[in-house]
Amino acid sequence: MPVRDAIDRRLLNEFQQDFPLVARPYAALAETLGTDEADILGRLAHLSGRGAVSRVGAVFKPHTVGASTLAALAASPETLEEVATLVSSYPEVNHNYQREHRLNLWFVVTAPSRDGVQSVLADISVRTGLEVLDLPLVEHYHIDLGFDLKWS
Amino acid sequence: MELNDRDHRLISALGDGLALVERPYLVLGQSLGMAEDEVIARIQAMKDCGIIRRFGIIVRHHELGFRANAMSVWDIPDHQVAEVGRILGDSPEVTLCYRRPRRLPDWPYNLFCMIHGRDRPAVEAAIAALVERYGLGSHAHAVLFSTRRFKQTGARYGRRAAAE
Repeated sequence: MPVRDAIDRRLLNEFQQDFPLVARPYAALAETLGTDEADILGRLAHLSGRGAVSRVGAVFKPHTVGASTLAALAASPETLEEVATLVSSYPEVNHNYQREHRLNLWFVVTAPSRDGVQSVLADISVRTGLEVLDLPLVEHYHIDLGFDLKWS
Repeated sequence: MELNDRDHRLISALGDGLALVERPYLVLGQSLGMAEDEVIARIQAMKDCGIIRRFGIIVRHHELGFRANAMSVWDIPDHQVAEVGRILGDSPEVTLCYRRPRRLPDWPYNLFCMIHGRDRPAVEAAIAALVERYGLGSHAHAVLFSTRRFKQTGARYGRRAAAE
């Protein structure tokens, strides 16, 4: 596990929202966690290097900044790997998963505009010869407070 | 809040996340020709008006031991979907909850929930608990476990296509 001790656990669970907007935010985290700034920076570098932390950054409300959609296609078992590699090669694709369904490849496309999203979907459809389902968000119901890691 | 060009450039630069340095907002501003306090004020303003829903450490579930995830989907009548969506979205088991369009005949489902757990039985139990608790058993339902992750990065909002 990339997580080594109680400070790592608190660091990951307590700062998924309301990260300090002050000149030295990592020093502010350190004060809360009873350590020092260099230690926090080292821990975050370690957790990022091991993949546990994606980044320290923003989650935007859908459709206020750019456009996105969830897309799905049905690839044959023989071509799935190749199709998935092609889909992942687009910088506009930020999530791409195989799932257990006839529609077996699911991915999220994000672009500055709805036109940009649709042109990526059309391009993927042409290059794979497969129909691509476009399932844009209609409404979201979850208040994103981060993910409770439930360590105990 | 109306986003201007400086906000858009900041949003684009934020896609990579804050640098792991003592003064990350200063470093971010240097790449944009913005002062540190302007960077902080613009992020604060976007948080205050809800454009930024969350600002903080973004974790990867899989690497932290939550190795199973399923997209649990339902076909809920249009007049009930908002109510059921809000109930499911408030449930502790649910990480994300969205209404999306059906695409008949291929795809009859209009409510999507993401559910993460330490393993497959934990996710299956969470979904069964939701169905039981909210009486969802009569609605058409499918569970799509993820079997392989090909790509997972932050969304790129930049106007230039940045390579990962």
